[in-house]
Amino acid sequence: MSRTLSFKLAINEALDLEMRRDPSVILLGEDIVGGSGSPGEMDAWGGVLGVTKGLYGKHGNRLMDTPLSESAYIGAAIGAAACGMRPVAELMFLDFMGVCFDQILNQAAKFRYMFGGKAKTPVVIRAMVGAGFRAAAQHSQMLTPMFTHVPGLKVVCPSNAYDAKGLLIQSIRDDDPVIFCEHKNLYASEADVPAEPYAIPFGEANVVRDGRDVTIVSYGLTVHRALEAAQTLSKRSGIEAEVIDLRTLSPIDWDTVIESVENTGRLVVVDEANPRCSIATDVAAYVAQQAFGALKAAPQMVTAPHTPVPFSPALEDLYIPSADAIAAAVLKTHPQALAA
Amino acid sequence: MSITSPMQTADGALSNNPIPLEKDALLAAYRTMRTIRDFEERLHVEFAKGDIPGFVHLYAGEEACATGIMMHLTDSDRIASTHRGHGHCIAKGVDVEEMMAEIYGKSSGSCRGKGGSMHIADLSKGMMGANGILGAGAPLICGAALAAKCRGDGGVGITFFGDGAANQGTVLESMNLAAVWNLPVIFVLENNGYAEATSVTYATGVDNFLDRAHGFGLPGVSVDGTDFFAVHKAAGELIAKARAGGGPALLECKMVRFYGHFEGDSQTYKAKGENDFNRLNRDCLKIFADRVTAAGIVSDAEIALMDREVANLIDDAVSSAKSAPQPTPQELTSDVYVSY
Repeated sequence: MSRTLSFKLAINEALDLEMRRDPSVILLGEDIVGGSGSPGEMDAWGGVLGVTKGLYGKHGNRLMDTPLSESAYIGAAIGAAACGMRPVAELMFLDFMGVCFDQILNQAAKFRYMFGGKAKTPVVIRAMVGAGFRAAAQHSQMLTPMFTHVPGLKVVCPSNAYDAKGLLIQSIRDDDPVIFCEHKNLYASEADVPAEPYAIPFGEANVVRDGRDVTIVSYGLTVHRALEAAQTLSKRSGIEAEVIDLRTLSPIDWDTVIESVENTGRLVVVDEANPRCSIATDVAAYVAQQAFGALKAAPQMVTAPHTPVPFSPALEDLYIPSADAIAAAVLKTHPQALAA
Repeated sequence: MSITSPMQTADGALSNNPIPLEKDALLAAYRTMRTIRDFEERLHVEFAKGDIPGFVHLYAGEEACATGIMMHLTDSDRIASTHRGHGHCIAKGVDVEEMMAEIYGKSSGSCRGKGGSMHIADLSKGMMGANGILGAGAPLICGAALAAKCRGDGGVGITFFGDGAANQGTVLESMNLAAVWNLPVIFVLENNGYAEATSVTYATGVDNFLDRAHGFGLPGVSVDGTDFFAVHKAAGELIAKARAGGGPALLECKMVRFYGHFEGDSQTYKAKGENDFNRLNRDCLKIFADRVTAAGIVSDAEIALMDREVANLIDDAVSSAKSAPQPTPQELTSDVYVSY
């Protein structure tokens, strides 16, 4: 049975279903229940934006509120994973990696390799990413490239409710540490989501729009901006863009990207992260190396600027790659269209 | 100041209290301590020859701590170790030949040569890894203890850290988390008086580390770490209490480091004659052997026999490590993920 469900409720449903299926799944995080030890009600918050709301009533003490100690509880989730549990830890904002990164970078990511293949660490770290929430520089970053850079981690960033559910279920069942990035401005977005559990395999990009003239590669919120740009380009310039939603950044589906560029001969990568050493540079470099002969124009990158995320709405709106900026980049790959 | 100061003799190590262990247990304790000592003394020699890659941190002088604690544990109890981890590994039952091969970087090593001295692990023995990051084991062991608590299997977790790492936020956060969740964790502070080359008196704001435990609502016990029996007794009580649901505790073992921070350390920061003094007056092996032979429970001949057996074990470990094959080039890229 499929019904319309929000991104937020799709995540809640994925957690609920996996907790029902597997008793080793536990949830840790700051205020993921809310009200622990307080005189009022339990499940007061269900996470700062209510993503885990209602799960305490269904699963009780398998959800644990934590002290505001990211190093301790993210590390505890990793340690419990190495001892046979499947913890899902909520880091609230991925920006908070700054206070617990050692446990992710030097512990979870390294155990399997460092211990000669004898460890597995099936932990999921869920966190909000992205700008547009008027939350300023320390609560708005798209830090996906930092995690993608690290061998041993898997990095997931869904663009819609259907993918969010299927990718989170896969993340929980996966035997490697997964950084699960939830764009806070997608929580209210809705899609048709089947009620039953399903897993979307990692490393399988989704071609969300077919097109013959240019390949636009993106993930997360900016997939929607890319689609918007593609529609505008189709109407105004007759350019048909193929839009690829990477869905997972590590592993990444190079085959789908290369196959598309070999057909279109043009590449635009859209990344909400800062531009240096980003998903955009990664994809552009890989395509340049692997499909140079197919390229009819220089690959273009549309990213956030090399700045922190500003607070003022007037500035923040300029920060996130816009549909206009994406369309302009596509036109740069079509000099004849620009000339016309 | 009650913190260990150099050139201070152990108090009460040669006490006339009756020996609380059966002969078999005493022989096992001596064998473990002797194995650690010989392992480390031999590494000191072999390292100077230039055959051992990287750097090693020796546990010689501290054997009573690891041994006195680990005798209370089974394979299903977990420990998180430190950069100075060989003693913890041996006392937890990790195979000595595999450890030596690991330190030589060979494929027959505990971690197939991919971890080295600072990352020896054997999860089947409950040894969650030596750790190159100071204080990183504390959050991880909270997770191990949480897993034990979720499963209700009565398992405990022990995290070791030095007087240096005692100042890491991870350790302090973890003490609080363990108190909040009433986790079966013992925080073992191995106070050898030096954080690398810096004295504990310089680097620590409190005169007594037990104040730190009390600050987090944890009971704390401080013992002479050169006295196996003092460590064994205190650890036994704290571990039994934690196993029974009585919660976490801090155990400080005041002890001495016979060598430098790492091999090659000139140790000029130590007082002149400090190492000689400690070897003469604060050698935990000698103190143990004197006491059990003086009590007439173990004979000099039995000690000498064990010494020969351990010497042979270490000889064999070194020669088999030296002749073991190097990892194959394929090993470079294997075991990063369970699946990718």
